[in-house]
Amino acid sequence: MNILSLFVAVPVLMLLLLFICRNMKQIRTVMVAGSSALMVLAAVLAVMFVHERALSGSEMLFTDSIVWYRSLNIHYAVGVDGISVLMIALSAIIVFTGVFSSWNMPREYFMWYCLLTVGVFGFFISLDLFTMFLFYEVALIPMYLLIGVWGTGRKEYSAMKLTLMLMAGSAFLLTGILGIYFTSGHASMNIVELADMAIPVSHQYWIFPLTFVGFGVLGALFPFHTWSPDGHASAPTAVSMLHAGVLMKLGGYGCFRVAIYLMPEAAHDLSWIFLILTGISVVYGAFSAVVQTDLKYINAYSSVSHCGLVLFAILMLNRTAMTGAVLQMLSHGLMTALFFALIGLIYGRTHTRDIREMGGLMRVMPFASVCYVIAGLASLGLPGLSGFVAEMTVFVGSFEHADLFRRILTVVATCSIVITAVYILRTVGKILYGPVINEHHLSLSDASWYEKVSVVVLIAGIVFIGIMPSIASGIISDSLAPVIKYLSLL
Amino acid sequence: MDFSNFLKMPQETGLIAVFLILVIYDIFGGERSMKRFRPVACILFGIHTVAGFFVSSEGTAFGGMYISSAMTVMMKNILNTATCFILMQSGQWLKSEPALKQREGEFYTLMSITLLGMYMMISAGNFMMLYISIEMAALPVACLAAYNKYRERSAEAGAKFILISALSSGIMMFGLSYLYGAMGTLYFSDLSTLVSSSPMTLLGFAFFFAGLAFKISLVPFHLWTADVYEGAPVGVTAYLSVVSKGAACFTLMFTLYRVFGNIEVVWYHILWGLSIATIIIGNLFAIRQKDIKRFFAFSSISQAGYIMLGIMGGPEQGITATVYYVLVYLFSNLAAFGVITSVENHSGRTDIAAYNGLYKSNPKLAFVMMVAVFSLAGIPPFAGFVSKFFIFAAVAAKGEYLLVFIALANTVVSLYYYLLIVKAMFINQADGQAVGRIRTDNYNKISLALCTVAILMAGLVSGIYGYINEI
Repeated sequence: MNILSLFVAVPVLMLLLLFICRNMKQIRTVMVAGSSALMVLAAVLAVMFVHERALSGSEMLFTDSIVWYRSLNIHYAVGVDGISVLMIALSAIIVFTGVFSSWNMPREYFMWYCLLTVGVFGFFISLDLFTMFLFYEVALIPMYLLIGVWGTGRKEYSAMKLTLMLMAGSAFLLTGILGIYFTSGHASMNIVELADMAIPVSHQYWIFPLTFVGFGVLGALFPFHTWSPDGHASAPTAVSMLHAGVLMKLGGYGCFRVAIYLMPEAAHDLSWIFLILTGISVVYGAFSAVVQTDLKYINAYSSVSHCGLVLFAILMLNRTAMTGAVLQMLSHGLMTALFFALIGLIYGRTHTRDIREMGGLMRVMPFASVCYVIAGLASLGLPGLSGFVAEMTVFVGSFEHADLFRRILTVVATCSIVITAVYILRTVGKILYGPVINEHHLSLSDASWYEKVSVVVLIAGIVFIGIMPSIASGIISDSLAPVIKYLSLL
Repeated sequence: MDFSNFLKMPQETGLIAVFLILVIYDIFGGERSMKRFRPVACILFGIHTVAGFFVSSEGTAFGGMYISSAMTVMMKNILNTATCFILMQSGQWLKSEPALKQREGEFYTLMSITLLGMYMMISAGNFMMLYISIEMAALPVACLAAYNKYRERSAEAGAKFILISALSSGIMMFGLSYLYGAMGTLYFSDLSTLVSSSPMTLLGFAFFFAGLAFKISLVPFHLWTADVYEGAPVGVTAYLSVVSKGAACFTLMFTLYRVFGNIEVVWYHILWGLSIATIIIGNLFAIRQKDIKRFFAFSSISQAGYIMLGIMGGPEQGITATVYYVLVYLFSNLAAFGVITSVENHSGRTDIAAYNGLYKSNPKLAFVMMVAVFSLAGIPPFAGFVSKFFIFAAVAAKGEYLLVFIALANTVVSLYYYLLIVKAMFINQADGQAVGRIRTDNYNKISLALCTVAILMAGLVSGIYGYINEI
């Protein structure tokens, strides 16, 4: 079996094993063993990829293709380039930490969690548009029950809103995919093959917006981002982690892999529209975060801002900015997962997420508080942590454009860093320092061992990217070559 | 009379044999042997269904009145499978009331004889034949709808159904008379070359189409659907929504391709408008339903709209996509109706509120229902996703991207109301009069298990689609 197919097979196996589990201990064993296996697989894949990359010049590695529906030439086609490998690694880390952050959840929860995992990994390994879309939807639908059943607050409303908005996005997407399939004149769903077949430019003008918006909904593109704050705020901890950490990356990855890679001409001509929208996402998300009082809403709007930056950088269509975009995906994935893990930890003890009702937590739970500060610093771009590397690369890349329009937009987007500092420092100052507002909080315990595992692994990832960005950026930059090739022909 | 003609129609002959055995058994069987009626009927029908997959019959019989091909055999197999499931699901209900129990045999015999009408609809090679077979399919269904005659709702449903089918047959007959007047023949093979866009032919076509649209319950001919579905016994509702509708869709598809191929421009645009109207109206009305049977009535109206999209796909892509869609729709809808049967038999409730907290009390039934509605909504990895995809691909191949987009946007609306069912089962708390632990009998369990496996596998295993495609 191809190593990539294992990423789908392992969660499916976990799902089946959960059916026969009898008690919590067995469930946890299955989940921990399975998600550790995924981590190991991701590490093995990364090492093998670097090794193979040096030897082979082909664009996609570890490719495999099995005919699925012959009449429409649909294949189960898998393969990865550097960007997919990094996304798989990110997913593996967050799935692993998510298990520890949902330690006390029942079996059904973990079943949906496994299905979500299947969808996420399947999406990143797919090279065939049909399988890619199939896995994309597999990743979306468990969200409804995960949020609706185990969420908090207005969970039913949020779950419905999230599911319907994302499914509406996939309606755009499927129309776009069928458009690509029938207008390319090649009767193929394989992305690599389609990239060589030029889609007629007149068709690109309507397919590109469809696919970009379709994926953009998941990437929190400006007018379609409203599912994100409600959804993230209502979801249980690990689901918020996975959703903000990985699922929103599906959007960015899809925009890059399908919309821009297959339709470079339209991307070049129409990018200005979406640059404005993503620019609004970046700044508006940050401003919205400033006025929120619920910890999860703050982080959700912060995600809108940061994910907006991913799409913003992708649309700059040059190597530096796109490298920055992928780095930002990694960085934001780890960072936001860390935030949600910590918020879940705090909420599980204080039973409130309102920052006005908390204070002086540093004295009560020092471990969690220090980690929260680290997450905050990464988020506002402190050098040495991942956020700095990513944002720096993005803004340098964006400023490479000589035209005034893109430069002004870059300057505006850069302002978001300052606003980020405002809401991060405000939150940190309010809840961690100062006097303890609520006396009951004095008796609270610090993080338990399983929560510590989750948090420590995520911080390790953030620090790793922050200190040694060259490893990741080298792989990314190398993998961008085909896209840059198509774009440079324009 | 040339009896070799009957050899060309093996499935019909088989069904008549099953029917006769059941009738004789019903009449002459004693008190004790009547207890075994249900297993006998199910096993006989099961054998008939399985045997259907091994027969092949090509060509025409009775001088062109009857046309058979590998595709018609396949379609009849699909209808057989559905009927087999419905028979398995209905037994529990038949045993529930003494008045029904005495007449148990009638139910099975009526089911099989109406199926014979559907066979002939699909295989008809002449409009006269088609008309008679539609009548033959409709009358027993009316009896079935009014089967529980002591219940007012059921009797009312039967009356409504018989009125509406008489009306639609009348309209259709009127259209056929125009066609005959214009062209002087009713044989499909002759008509296919004679049909032109002369006003009289078009008028005839319009009336014929309207008559059939009543059977499929396309908007604006759908007004009877919800009332009949609500009043009829669950098994009959399932039959109407799957078998009856499927057969009518197949018939429409064949007549459009075989007879009216020359005026494709006309019916293509009619279908364009009707399919969208059907999908949208079906969806919008489904949202507000409080009764699960009415809910599925509107859901099945909107599903019929998607089937029409498949027919628009044309003879190459469209046939496979449509047949496959109906096949998957059969499994999904019958899985849902199996659960509805169980819940209704146990508690007598058909409101959606009865499903609140079903997952807590009956996890397996809730799981089956969830799989069924996700498949109906077109969510992967369930088969409904793949079948919808092929429908859309068939339409997109014609360049109708706008149509695809509107239909896809409507799947989001449909997802909303299907999620309401999921929400009721998994998220809502059971109300005061919870349904409690439901005992499902073994026949129904088997049918539900088979449907669930089919929903899970029919999409992932490409062989089924490939099999239909090669026919």
